[in-house]
Amino acid sequence: MTKSIIKLTVNGENHEVLAEPRELLIHVLRERLNLTGPHIGCETTHCGACTVELNGKSVKSCTVFAVQANGAEITTIEGIAGPAGLHVLQQSFREHHGLQCGFCTPGMITRAWRLLKENPDPTEEDVRFGMAGNLCRCTGYQNIVKSILAAAAEINASREAAE
Amino acid sequence: MIPAAFEYHRPKDVGGVIALLQQHGDEARVVAGGHSLIPMMKLRMTDVQHLVDLQDVAGLGGIQVAGEQITIGAMVTQHMLINNADLTEAAPILKEAALQIADPQVRYMGTIGGNVANGDPGNDMPALMLCLGATYTLTGPNGTRKVAARDFYEAAYVTVREDSELLTQLTFAAPKGGYAYEKQKRKIGDYATAAAAVQIAREGGLCVAASVSMTNLSDVPVWSKAAGAALVGTDCGPAAIRAAVDAALKDINPTEDNRGPVEFKRHVAKTVIGRAIARAWSRS
Ligand SMILES: Cc1cc2nc3c(=O)[nH]c(=O)nc-3n(C[C@H](O)[C@H](O)[C@H](O)COP(=O)(O)OP(=O)(O)OC[C@H]3O[C@@H](n4cnc5c(N)ncnc54)[C@H](O)[C@@H]3O)c2cc1C
Ligand code: FES
Ligand code: FES
Repeated sequence: MTKSIIKLTVNGENHEVLAEPRELLIHVLRERLNLTGPHIGCETTHCGACTVELNGKSVKSCTVFAVQANGAEITTIEGIAGPAGLHVLQQSFREHHGLQCGFCTPGMITRAWRLLKENPDPTEEDVRFGMAGNLCRCTGYQNIVKSILAAAAEINASREAAE
Repeated sequence: MIPAAFEYHRPKDVGGVIALLQQHGDEARVVAGGHSLIPMMKLRMTDVQHLVDLQDVAGLGGIQVAGEQITIGAMVTQHMLINNADLTEAAPILKEAALQIADPQVRYMGTIGGNVANGDPGNDMPALMLCLGATYTLTGPNGTRKVAARDFYEAAYVTVREDSELLTQLTFAAPKGGYAYEKQKRKIGDYATAAAAVQIAREGGLCVAASVSMTNLSDVPVWSKAAGAALVGTDCGPAAIRAAVDAALKDINPTEDNRGPVEFKRHVAKTVIGRAIARAWSRS
């Protein structure tokens, strides 16, 4: 079927790709833009490994056609670290053992990034509820929750120090 | 999991959508959030040759709470329902139910219009709309008509909406009294094994109005008129709740599937309906 040019701003960079309408966003990100951070775990909208930020929402990019994202702003795990190095969330996952095999981690961190923007001071329950769309086969979640709570505390502490 | 090929359209207004639906007939489908349709396309369980994306269509958004009347645009997402303070104040049952749908990522995408138009008996919003006595606005080649949610569902995935009609908005009167949406599911992100929506109004210690409906306990959402009637005039004590639950159970027809056999579904139904009534009463 008719291919079309799809314009995406990914991690601040403009891209144009020629794709069929049936190409899923995750495939365009991974295979055409070489952004292999977002993973494919289940391909059935369950695991959250493919989570990216799309126009300010956490979405499972295996369940969006790239053409639907034409004109959109996207952030993947590759865009979360800053020039100064790892993002606080990434640092926190490392310190608190928030990952084992690491397969779920890009989706976890990308989702947690949006969660903390919407709710900068979450309770443990808020974190568990807000992360319910991301599955992990290794950690038992305990250290993921701990990592996110620690990152929130650190972000809040540095904000208060700056104020 | 790559779906079959299709042509993609992104019209800007309702007229453009209707024209495409007319032109392509049953080969065309609209896509709202895509979180029911795209999984089906990936599994190749549905054949779509023309996908009509609603994201740019003007006039399908917005939540209006105007006095007693509430209007919700078809493209309002579950995430927006949860975060709209006016709506939560006027009709808190929507937030309570929306929080029990799927997971955060799905709720950013899934729309109320898609949820009620889909016709999947597992969707949660239809039973809610039956409970609230909502009206759906459908626009097609011959203009606009309004259909009561209670008359909309015919069988699984079969509704009175014509292929060339678009559901544009939902309206209902702000409910009075207590509310509850009680859902039993196997895990977060799962569809209901059984769920019940209840609204109860109380005056002077007695129930003066009650509405009871259920999700995934038949091939369509079920509104049990008899269950509501069984509560009116009572103090919603244990005997009244038992009578209402018995009445509701007569109106359902669950089937065996991977969520369990019929006896189990009926057992879960009994539990969730009873709990929903008790909670709605306690809040009334
Ligand atoms: C993992 C997972 C778990 C889920 N769990 C639940 C759950 O527990 N409860 C629940 O209720 N839902 C659940 N869902 C479904 C989700 O809520 C869907 O998003 C919702 O049912 C449909 O909304 P949508 O906007 O995504 O519709 P789409 O997928 O875009 O459309 C669904 C159908 O409705 C039609 N349609 C859409 N909008 C309109 C319109 N305005 N007029 C006419 N026809 C229209 C489409 O053509 C299509 O046939 C789940 C989904 C996933 C992926
Ligand atoms: S790969 Fe998208 S949710 Fe699992
Ligand atoms: S760390 Fe292995 S899946 Fe989460």
